[in-house]
Amino acid sequence: MSAGVIAEVGPSTAHRLRHQMPLLLWLVLVWNLLWGTWSWANLLSGVAVALGVTLLLPLPPVVGGARLRPVALLRFLGHFVVDLISSGALVAWQTVRPAGIDRSAIITVQLRTDSDLLLTILSESLTLVPGSMVIDLDRERRTIALHILHVRDQADVEQQRDAVLAEEERVVRAFGSPDEIAALGTPPGTEIAGEGRRTP
Amino acid sequence: MSDVQSVTDVVAVVLLLLGAFLCLTAGLGLVRFPDVLTRMHAGTKPQVLGVLLIMIGAAFRLQGWSATWMLLLVAVFQMLTAPVSAHMISRVAYRRRHVRRDRLLVDELRTGEAADRLYRGDEPADAPPEEPATALLENRRDEGTLPSS
Repeated sequence: MSAGVIAEVGPSTAHRLRHQMPLLLWLVLVWNLLWGTWSWANLLSGVAVALGVTLLLPLPPVVGGARLRPVALLRFLGHFVVDLISSGALVAWQTVRPAGIDRSAIITVQLRTDSDLLLTILSESLTLVPGSMVIDLDRERRTIALHILHVRDQADVEQQRDAVLAEEERVVRAFGSPDEIAALGTPPGTEIAGEGRRTP
Repeated sequence: MSDVQSVTDVVAVVLLLLGAFLCLTAGLGLVRFPDVLTRMHAGTKPQVLGVLLIMIGAAFRLQGWSATWMLLLVAVFQMLTAPVSAHMISRVAYRRRHVRRDRLLVDELRTGEAADRLYRGDEPADAPPEEPATALLENRRDEGTLPSS
């Protein structure tokens, strides 16, 4: 059946398949991990399932794709693990301590990156790090709105804003293109020249 | 041989208990925190870390690669999906005005002109306003149909 679909749609399907190679590899990996044992039968059935899923349930392609920089990636992952542990401990302490939590805040931060993929990674990691949770993301203006658990005063708010921008810088340095790393230096609010990597 | 066995058992027990305690604090947070947004914090962070610790502890105890791969998948999907569900719920809660504004220090999503003058506490958007006459006046002012006399 899949052969008929390919013959019918022609080169655009092949083009799409090449773009979705990382997704295919990931699906095959998940299939093999689910079976728990390595065998050729698992690999081949995994490829068949991955092809079936991507052909029958197509997703819009991620524009541009990711470039990995090993050193920056390690730095991002290290910060992420430390943040994950400290945020779990911090929030756990705030739930059990007798005083309960103090006031919260909702802040908006002007971001500098203009890529769907990077913003997704950033939002996921921001929700897992201490005290912040993404409420809203304005894609056109590149502003992100976060709910901050436990702030005492305005200085805490500014500190959280700086933490968000630092996290953005780590994500972009780990996964971004050279243009996007250069865009980190521009002051927030300026228009970035050239095409952003957004899904049409 | 049995020494190694007992050491891994101790490590596994410590990790499992720590993870279980973190999951307990997630439940405590759901009861003790004042509104939806703060409760979602409790539902994501200690809970994700707790599940991760339980997965690591179980990987120590089970000793078999097929179980380890499965636990790794559980951990990865937990970290991918928990932030998304927390975001969806808190976004809906914010748009439906389920926010304790008296507990907020600043709200930069609603400032200046867009500030919410009618709803101050934790009320759904379709609840009747506390002062219907004022609400009607504000509504007309927003729409620009109020005569400027």
